[in-house]
Amino acid sequence: MVTAIHSDTDLRRRAWEAASQVVDPEIPVLTIADLGVLRDVEVHEGRVEVAITPTYSGCPAMNMIALEIELALERAGMPRPTIRTVLSPAWTTDWMSEDGRNKLRKYGIAPPQASHSRRALFGEQQVACPQCGSQDTEVLSEFGSTSCKALWRCKACREPFDYFKCH
Amino acid sequence: MTAANIQVSETPLVLYTLRRADDALILGHRLSEWCGHAPMLEEDMALANMGLDLLGQARELYSYAAKVEGKDNDEDKFAYLRDVRQYRNLLLLEQPNGDFARTMVRQFFYAAFADLYWRAMMRSTDATLAAIAAKSEKESAYHVRHCSEWIIRLGDGTEESHRRTQAAIDELWAFTGEMFSVDDSERGLIDTGIAIDPATLRPQWLKTVSGVVREATLVLPDNNWMQQGGRSGRHSEHLGHLLSELQSMQRTFPGATW
Repeated sequence: MVTAIHSDTDLRRRAWEAASQVVDPEIPVLTIADLGVLRDVEVHEGRVEVAITPTYSGCPAMNMIALEIELALERAGMPRPTIRTVLSPAWTTDWMSEDGRNKLRKYGIAPPQASHSRRALFGEQQVACPQCGSQDTEVLSEFGSTSCKALWRCKACREPFDYFKCH
Repeated sequence: MTAANIQVSETPLVLYTLRRADDALILGHRLSEWCGHAPMLEEDMALANMGLDLLGQARELYSYAAKVEGKDNDEDKFAYLRDVRQYRNLLLLEQPNGDFARTMVRQFFYAAFADLYWRAMMRSTDATLAAIAAKSEKESAYHVRHCSEWIIRLGDGTEESHRRTQAAIDELWAFTGEMFSVDDSERGLIDTGIAIDPATLRPQWLKTVSGVVREATLVLPDNNWMQQGGRSGRHSEHLGHLLSELQSMQRTFPGATW
């Protein structure tokens, strides 16, 4: 009995490790753990169940992410895992790790602001250019190349850049 | 050969969920019609993105309706294999895109409502609906902001953009009342805390809408006669044309997958 519990804990740890390596197909520098999309890993009678949450309701990357998790677990020797989508609590950019924010910036995408109020959703935003660091930036389009991004432009270096929307 | 319509057991909760799912699907489809045709690239992306949010909401709602109904139906069957009279969306949302001003006014009227509606629905005693509401609310808030900026820019823009936006408001106004109406089927859900009473949201909605409209130097019509019917399947002629496009593949090649 003790062994069973121990092995479940071990399995859960290995499953989390494997699943957390899966990257977002649209932003390949971020893992789903960095993003906060990976919510939970459970083991039921030796079978792995992974819970993920979408950033936006219509995010087309979710199917791909679920498939990648399955493949990662299969490769790590955990066959036929169940992937469950959970909506509650709703995903927020606050779940993005500090490490993830730094990776985003280096990749050329301005990370979401840490402030998580509705004010940030509506109010004045100060977004630093991920290229040159200038605060002198302006929004070009509230919507960008994926549902989670908006398009901005730096007035200092004149480069356009993606901004990961605060949500 | 064409695929036959499905039968749906419209218990109050199934009907309620399908109504909201249909709202999201039909408006999302309308927005997708702009893809590649918007006045500029940024707006093309914006309309497609808003459509995508709505499609995502629709999928969650259809899946939940299927689960509650507990029959053989699923999200695809609800979307592709129901006829006009089986659709339960608001009349406002099936109205044709028209020009850009008309699309924006339609989106603005609805988003201003959806934002309030989903925020209130986060308190639903139904855990799944509350969870869907929590996601939808954030997305709707973003849509309201985007549309509000456009209404102001169009109304307070050129004479031509002002004229067109005012015309859109005048034409679509009569469809806004349906958002706040409740029938017996829904009344029971409101009494048990599963749904909220949309009528309670109208003062706040009117405040938001009239504020933006005033800033845009536009006016809301005095006319308060409201058109209804979508919630019970009595639609305008436009929905049939929309569905014939949306459903054409599944109707022609039943069960086709890719």
